[in-house]
Amino acid sequence: MTALPPLQFEENLSGRHRKSLIMRFVFQASTIIGIIALTALLYNIITESFGFVAVENERDPDALIGGGAPLQEAGKDALAAVLREHVSEGLIRRLDAERPLVDRSRQELYDLVVERVVNPRVVGSWTLAESLFEKRKILLTMSEEFPGARLVFRSWLRPELISKPQSSVPERAGVRTAILGSLWVIFITVIISFPVGVGAAIYLEEYARDNLLNRVIQTNIYNLAGIPSIIYGMLGLAIFVRALEPLTSGSLLGLADSSTANGRTILSAGLTLALLVLPIIIINAQEAIRSVPQSLRHSSYGVGATKWQTVWHHVLPASFDRVLTGTILAISRAIGETAPLVVIGASTFVTLDPKSVFSKFTTLPIQIYQLTARPQAEFRNAAAAAIVVLLVLLLTLNASAVLLRNRYSKKKRML
Amino acid sequence: MILKNKEIDLAADAVKIEEETAAVEMAGVNVFYGGFQAIKDANIKFSRHKITAIIGPSGCGKSTVLRSINRMNELYPGCRTEGEVIFQGYNIYGSDVDPVKVRSRIGMVFQKPNPFPKSIYENIAWGARINGLRGDMDELVERTLRQAALWDEVKDKLHQNALMLSGGQQQRLCIARAIATGPEVVLMDEPASALDPIATYKIEDLMEELAKKYTIIIVTHNMQQAARVSDYTAFFMVDENRTGYLVEFGKTKEIYTTPKDKKTEEYISGKFG
Repeated sequence: MTALPPLQFEENLSGRHRKSLIMRFVFQASTIIGIIALTALLYNIITESFGFVAVENERDPDALIGGGAPLQEAGKDALAAVLREHVSEGLIRRLDAERPLVDRSRQELYDLVVERVVNPRVVGSWTLAESLFEKRKILLTMSEEFPGARLVFRSWLRPELISKPQSSVPERAGVRTAILGSLWVIFITVIISFPVGVGAAIYLEEYARDNLLNRVIQTNIYNLAGIPSIIYGMLGLAIFVRALEPLTSGSLLGLADSSTANGRTILSAGLTLALLVLPIIIINAQEAIRSVPQSLRHSSYGVGATKWQTVWHHVLPASFDRVLTGTILAISRAIGETAPLVVIGASTFVTLDPKSVFSKFTTLPIQIYQLTARPQAEFRNAAAAAIVVLLVLLLTLNASAVLLRNRYSKKKRML
Repeated sequence: MILKNKEIDLAADAVKIEEETAAVEMAGVNVFYGGFQAIKDANIKFSRHKITAIIGPSGCGKSTVLRSINRMNELYPGCRTEGEVIFQGYNIYGSDVDPVKVRSRIGMVFQKPNPFPKSIYENIAWGARINGLRGDMDELVERTLRQAALWDEVKDKLHQNALMLSGGQQQRLCIARAIATGPEVVLMDEPASALDPIATYKIEDLMEELAKKYTIIIVTHNMQQAARVSDYTAFFMVDENRTGYLVEFGKTKEIYTTPKDKKTEEYISGKFG
């Protein structure tokens, strides 16, 4: 029997430590790159949302009322007179048809005068960074290019942005219809995709046998989760907008919106997005259900529970917080989705609030896309402010869902 | 070898065997996992109100045998059972028998304590409720916990989460849960293997107490435990195809003192396993 050679160790401890130090910096660097990218994004949005604007009035407000009285202090009758003096008769008739001028409040008349007569227009705008650090240059440009204009610091992220519908004039552009559209569409998406997705996950995890058919179904679900969203748009266009038009336009139920008259409705959009997120919800819910230990199921069956009692009383409560998390992630994706909605025909210019699921619609991401595509530079400021609104909407929905989930998992721990 | 210190009148016992009726009878049971045969032709009569231990080396299919008695095997994908298990005069594998009913009449305690992540009270009450119990639930919970020798330890915290109990307490809660649905037979799959010696002792004590009302079938890899608690012992072995089969079945005392099969003797004397 030959003796084995003694083991030789080349410890090289310092080399191993050096390597782990290097790796530490590598990972730190990746994190920092991510943070820089995020900061750049936020900087871009914020700097576009605030800043100086040059405003030029078409008519001097203080010269409108005889005697040089300021417009702000003018009475109701004086304002009406100004309107009649400066606005075309056709417009007066139209306004009267909407609601007679005499019936309107002073504030309404004042707003009308400002909008129609004074007509302030933004002729130039600067970003927040420029406004803060290059004020001298801005003043120079002002005096050279817009001698008649006033320099005003403006936050594009202002209450009117949320409360006003779309407009072709950048300073009056709001995203109210888009916010409402987004909320309606997401509502439809959630009420369809959540029960269907969780139901499918329960079936696949708890009921389905391991046979060829179910394996094919499972593989397909995984693949569907990776399909580009625009393809779902084509699907939605073919099925919901065209084939099921009587249903999605509401004409089958006699609820059709007169301004829509086809299938390009909130319902179609919600259903399309529901299809889009369904595979993601199913996969996430399956993972959650699979993570419930088998011993819990056995203890339930062991006391004579049926499958449904086991699922309802034990499997779902034990996995529900994770099911919710997966759904939140999927819904977040749906909120920001643009491409499929463009394909199924989201309206680009909607000034009326959606009244029902059969209304035509626009959503925030589409609105933002539209705003950035306009030629006037000021629309980009409005777009930046709209992005902030979208982010806030997204974070609010996420936060409420996370709160709900935390409350649920806390309850689970307590009892 | 530690033997159960029980004075048995052999003559009286012989008469009793004739009188004893089987609570459960396995007749020609074969169990397959897919194409693999795990159990070959098991025939055992489990006596009423007795403790029967199933022993054998690792991988001989002790737990599989146990699970075939209340159709828990069906919960494992690809598992198939042939043969008959007679309970209350019926073959539980008959086409007209509902496995849900079987499991409420033949309770089960698992190797690892697995109470529901609910309150102690709910752990007992849930099984009874889903099985349609009408009546005083508080009374049932108290009676069951007393039977499981757990009442005094938990009576002040019935509405706390069961997972806050110690491992031994959890296992006794699982036993209480199993008997709350009013079964005749309680199956125990290595109920003390995850517990410390004191908790193990309590469980063994409890089993003897429970045997007055229930038929108990226990799987254990601990031969001393089988010798201490059981009245009957079934010894399983594994053949060259890794298929488990029954080598010997009889009174525990006889199996441990005068085994008929050479393999049994070798196993209980610790030559393998």
